[in-house]
Formats: sequence, structure tokens, C-alpha cells
Amino acid sequence: MSKVLDNLLYSDSHEWVSVDGDVATVGISDYAQHALGSIVYVDVPEEGDEVTAGEEFGAVESVKAASDLISPVSGEVIEVNEALADEPGAINNDAFGAWIMKVRMSDPSEVEKLLDAAAYAKLCEE
Amino acid sequence: MEEKLMKTCLHDRHVKQGALMSPFGGFDMPIQYTNITDEHNAVRQHVGVFDVSHMGEVRVKGPEAEKYVNHIFVNDVTGAPDGQIFYGMMCYENGGTVDDLLVYKVHDDEFFLVINAANIDKDVAWIKKNAEGYDVTVTDESPIYGEVAIQGPEAEDTVEKVLGLKVKDIAFYNFLEIPSEGETIIVSRTGYTGEDGFEIYASHEYIQRVWDKLMEAGVVPCGLGCRDTLRFEVGLPLYGDELSADITPIEASLSMFVKLDKPEFIGKEALAKQKAEGVKHRIVGIELEGNAIPRHGYPVEVDGKQVGEITTGYRSISTGKSVAMAMIDKPYDKLGTEVEVRIRKKTFPGKVVKKRFYDKSYKK
Repeated sequence: MSKVLDNLLYSDSHEWVSVDGDVATVGISDYAQHALGSIVYVDVPEEGDEVTAGEEFGAVESVKAASDLISPVSGEVIEVNEALADEPGAINNDAFGAWIMKVRMSDPSEVEKLLDAAAYAKLCEE
Repeated sequence: MEEKLMKTCLHDRHVKQGALMSPFGGFDMPIQYTNITDEHNAVRQHVGVFDVSHMGEVRVKGPEAEKYVNHIFVNDVTGAPDGQIFYGMMCYENGGTVDDLLVYKVHDDEFFLVINAANIDKDVAWIKKNAEGYDVTVTDESPIYGEVAIQGPEAEDTVEKVLGLKVKDIAFYNFLEIPSEGETIIVSRTGYTGEDGFEIYASHEYIQRVWDKLMEAGVVPCGLGCRDTLRFEVGLPLYGDELSADITPIEASLSMFVKLDKPEFIGKEALAKQKAEGVKHRIVGIELEGNAIPRHGYPVEVDGKQVGEITTGYRSISTGKSVAMAMIDKPYDKLGTEVEVRIRKKTFPGKVVKKRFYDKSYKK
């Protein structure tokens, strides 16, 4: 049974978002890390990159396959979790601690379209 | 339209053991039981067992069996001792590959062919069609046989002690027909991992008993996930990636198995021409500098121009390096050529290397 944290928002492509003012911190959910299995590489964006809600911003890779990361929000990447380069397995150990990027949102209202914990937990059960 | 997946004789056991199941070659096959890395390391360091019952088996019998096998097979089985096994390909007239296979020489008038699951129907039709005019009978025995591969440095001990079969004296790429439990089983010193190991062909019931004994003894069950990472690391091709109807054995850098000095075989003319004139592109290895992982189909570029594409790529479990096999245009196939692999939006530098990323440790 995978964990869903109450204080986060979620996309239907299994990213989580933590909102602080106009900054969104983005990672992948426990459900997603579990489905992927051992993560051996995370392709992160670069600081200053523009990301767009609904579009690919990187990838997480297991031994077998690459899965696109889909940005839940639009804006400028202001920080990336460089530690993932050396320790991609941190996502398997703690999916909600091992964030991937922080985005200064150009349209903070976009987060209103994301799922709350209850709705996301339901999606994972389906 | 969804095709109905076939099940091997061990399917129920995989499901009960909690394997992640996925379609492969028309069968519902186990990809992993725990995870690919642990299963891969079990085979490299100790021993693991694979269900490979999906593979096809075809028996060719008759006075002209040797002549006929030499007609459809690029390797040369002429005058081989009974019990020897040959690796090679069947090719079309244009040199494209029908399939890669193992040929077991039983007797002068009997050969046993082991073919890829996904190609069984195509291969059997091809083998039967080309048998016209030869004094041979061709029988598809795929439904009769189950098969397991026991692979790793401890494979010999495992087969001797857990299964009680005398296999110590079987040489690499040789086999024995062994009477056991009321039937005649086939045991060969072969595999698809780069490690020492054995493959056992027997009735479904026999193979089920073998599996149960191995599980009881604690042998690690291994899925097709690590079968691919293991064969890849030692540069073995997979039909569909490094070989296909559009890729000849010469282009796949497998010329050593193509015996152009044989009097004739299907595809000889095209392959001889390719060998003499040189190929337009061929399969090579690529090693990337960074950690990004090249995958099947990703473009390979030189100076921003595409010169080929990845056929198989992984972060090598045994070495930790990001490596790939790729089909590369001449002259960029030369060892040491600097290339870039396009992975999503970025390109990553790498260079052409030998397509063997880990040394085989066969017991010869």
C-alpha cells in the first residue's frame, strides 16, 4: 500500500506538489516510485528552464525503462535537487522527501486543477 | 485487436510467486520476481534459473538432414560430432535475418533447432517451405517441450546436486540426451547470460518438477528483465533489436558465424557481396560519459547529424556505466569515434567501443 500525504497536491500523472506562496516544489509520489521499481537515473531540468503545466520536464529511469516527468505547473525552475544525480534511489527511499525541482509559478491558479490527497488516493486505487 | 497470450508450463508458479508478468513473444512471461538488479547479480555471482519454455523447438530428421540444415543455416554443421551445438542465423535471399538460433546435432540424420518464441510461426513456415525437394521431415515440437536455463558460476554444482544430473563432463556448446524419470531429456551447456550454465529441455511435467526442486533449494528465480541486461552486457544480440529482416548478420557484426566457404546456403550471395563490398552500417558498442541512459531508438549524432540509432541500452548493472549497442553508419563505426546520443531534449557525449561491456566467463 503506497503512502499519500495529506498536505500535498497531486497530478494524475503521479507528481506531487507542495505550494509555498508562488513557489511549487515538485516530486513523484510513493505510488509512482513503487510502480517504477529501483530508480537508477533522474533526468532533472536546469535552473532557469521554463516548464509548462502538462508538458514533460525530465524523466525518471528504472533499469528497464524511462518514464517522462510531467510538470504540474508552469513557470521558471529556480532550484533542482542536485543530490539526485548521485543518489537517484533516494526517491525509492522517501518519495515525498526527495523533491526534484522548485518552480516560481507564472500562474499560481494552475494548482487549483490538481488533485487533493483524497482524490489522488482514489485514483491510485483504480 | 488483442491477441490471446500463451502460457508456459510454469506460468501458475510465476503468478503464485508474485512475479511481475508481461507479454513477450506471444507469451505471458515473468519480467522480474523481486527486482532486475538482484536477479542479475545472482546470475553473475552465484546461480539463477529462468523459465525459457517460450522458446521454440523444431526437429529435422531424414537422410538429407545435414545437407538441409546447411541450406537454411549460415553456420556450417558439416561432419560435426554428435552432441555439438552451433549458434547462427537463418537468412532470407537478400541476407536479412529470419531468426537467430541454436542447432543441436543429434545424429547425421537428425538435428534439433531452438528458435525465438516470437518467430515460431514464421520460422516453422520458412523451414517447411525450404525443405521441399529435400529428403527430410520437419516437426514443430515447441508445444511438447518446457525449458529452463540454469545460469551462473554455481550452475554446474546446482544441476549435479539439486537435480542429480551428471553434467560435469558436458563441454561448452555441447549437449547430452539423458534418460531421467521415464523420459529422455536434453541438457546442454549453453545460455544467454555470458556465464557458465545449462539449458534443460523436457516434458512440461518434468520441467515443473525441476522448477520446484530448484525453488526448494533456494535458487533465485530470474525474469526476462535480467535475461536482457545479462545478454546485453556480453554483447549478445536480441532478435528485434540487433537482428531483424532488415539487419543481416554481417551488419550485426556477427560475421564469424557466417561460413561463406560453404558450397551454398540461402542468402549466401547477398552476404558474400556485403562482406566483400563492406556494409553501409553495422552494430557497435557506445559508452557514454555521463549517467544518462541510452534506450532503444534514441538517435546517435555526429556534428548534429544523425548517423545511427541505439538498439539496446542500459546502465550496466555489472559495471555501472551507461552503455549501448547501436546501428551506426560508416565511417562513424570506427572504435574511438566521438558521438553524441540524443536523450529527450539533450545530447550526451560518448564514444564507439567494442560491444562487449563485461567479460564472459564460460567454462570451456
